[in-house]
Amino acid sequence: MLVLKKFAKDKPAVLGAFIVLIVVVVAIFAPLLAPYPGDAAASHLLLRLKPPSAAHPFGTDNLGRDILSRVILGSRGALAIALLVVGTAMLIGVPLGLIAGYSRGWLSETNMRITDVFLAVPQLILALAIAQLMGPSLQSAMLALTLTYWPFFTRIVYAEARRLSASLFIDALQCIGAGTTRILFLHVLPNCISPVIVRATIGMGFTILVAAVLGFLGMGATPPDPDWGLAISESRQYLPEAWWFSTFPGLAIFLTVLGFNLLGDGLRDIVDPRLRRSR
Amino acid sequence: MLRFILRRLLLVMPSLLGLLVLTFILIRLVPADPAAALAGENATPAQIAEIRRQYGLDQPVHVQFVRYLGQIARLDFGESAYSRRPIALEISQRLPATLELTICALLFGIAVGIPLGTIAALYHNRWPDTVLRIISVGGVAIAAFWFAIELQMLFSMKLGWLPLRGRLDAGITPPSPITGMLLIDSLLTGRLDVLRNALWHLTLPALTLSLGGIATITRFTRAGVLDTLQKDFVTYERAQGYPAGALIWKFVLRNSIVAAITQIGLLFGSLIAGAVVVETIFDWPGVGFYTVQAILTADTKVMLAVTLLIGVIYAVVNILVDVVHGLVDPRLREQD
Repeated sequence: MLVLKKFAKDKPAVLGAFIVLIVVVVAIFAPLLAPYPGDAAASHLLLRLKPPSAAHPFGTDNLGRDILSRVILGSRGALAIALLVVGTAMLIGVPLGLIAGYSRGWLSETNMRITDVFLAVPQLILALAIAQLMGPSLQSAMLALTLTYWPFFTRIVYAEARRLSASLFIDALQCIGAGTTRILFLHVLPNCISPVIVRATIGMGFTILVAAVLGFLGMGATPPDPDWGLAISESRQYLPEAWWFSTFPGLAIFLTVLGFNLLGDGLRDIVDPRLRRSR
Repeated sequence: MLRFILRRLLLVMPSLLGLLVLTFILIRLVPADPAAALAGENATPAQIAEIRRQYGLDQPVHVQFVRYLGQIARLDFGESAYSRRPIALEISQRLPATLELTICALLFGIAVGIPLGTIAALYHNRWPDTVLRIISVGGVAIAAFWFAIELQMLFSMKLGWLPLRGRLDAGITPPSPITGMLLIDSLLTGRLDVLRNALWHLTLPALTLSLGGIATITRFTRAGVLDTLQKDFVTYERAQGYPAGALIWKFVLRNSIVAAITQIGLLFGSLIAGAVVVETIFDWPGVGFYTVQAILTADTKVMLAVTLLIGVIYAVVNILVDVVHGLVDPRLREQD
């Protein structure tokens, strides 16, 4: 309860939680909320590139599709990609980090050296290279993002598990004959889960951003997906006249990522005692 | 100090070697048949076999890997499939443009981020702090490619204040390259017209690129300054009646900057990644633009060469950061 109270005082974090909540609700009810749910694929050439109006608050795009509807429908893809990528990366990264942090010797060393290799290049560059080699498509973009994101979890869990493995209660567990799996998953894991949750929250925002870059560069979603990054890339030919075409999908990316980052930031302040002191 | 540097060098070697293995796996094993991929769609089986022999793809994997290492050691990345020119040459011609852009963005980020971070810390938990926190979190939440397009739309297309793309106007001939960085070359040759024009072109791309940097530097400066402000010596100086401005400037900032230095080093890597996007939008003829071209034309060799190059730059910057750390804080050197 104390935690909730503390969180409620942190205005930026509450704002973040609020934005995330709205985005999630919008994504779940997207087909009901979108004024023209058919505009994910349909085109109305007579209505092309109309400025914002009462019928189309965000205007229409180069194929006459309602941009508001496409922004709303696009939230589903963005969230789904981020959830899948971050979720899978956690499933790979967390166990590896546990093993590397708890064990000693070659297993731990090899594990961390491999992690270092993936962290030796900025994620975007590696993801681009992998996505390209596997053939540009949404699936390979997601696989590339997952393959480049798990090391972040491994690193965090490794540091925590290493610290914990030297602590007294783990020694005690070993003494009374608890098995390694039991110690790792029932005792070490729960104790290092909070930084993982923080990282996952920020990772959601980050993945949405990188996925949008991949979409923008033609390495992710393909037309006629209502993808935000793709929409911005399509809008470039119609600037500066059709300013609404690029502006609204970009604002959608910005608000969503801002929400996750503010939330993650607030969670970190609660979770990390070292940072708490300085606030 | 020398031992310190050597130790750091040895520490990055395994991850660089690992990166070589990773790129090797990507280039040789990911396409089902690399020879067929190299030969193109319309190749006959005989042509594919010829390419397989020519590139040594019929050899065992470990022989291929040693060969690959040998090529990399000689900086021989092969030819670009698109331009048919040596990749090492093309990269070396484009690297200065990217460095110019990223260094300017970094300097701008430092110049804005450190004062903002200090202000946030001084107004800790009051409204300027909250506003700056939302701004600094927002800075990393903006998609750089979108922000660049919006800036272009406003300042180049609508207002016409700043150029839309490139490094120089079409009418201006650049001085013959000395460093390849236009700002430095034009100063060295005394071409002030080129300097002005280059700065003019640099503004929007550098601004876009610095956004994430400003956010990160603000944040870490704030944390550092907050930490230092709680130290006893600050209380002492205050009690002595030392003027607040000079206290912050002379003592607090100097003691707070260590954490920010690490972040500035790490930022350089993300700036280079960001350059991929920014250069594409502003047609900036650097390595990032080159990378995107390579991706769009499926020029695998160029992509892997760039990946390796960025890995090396990343490693070098990290070592530099450690060295600067060691210089600033002698305690870190003692630990080794």
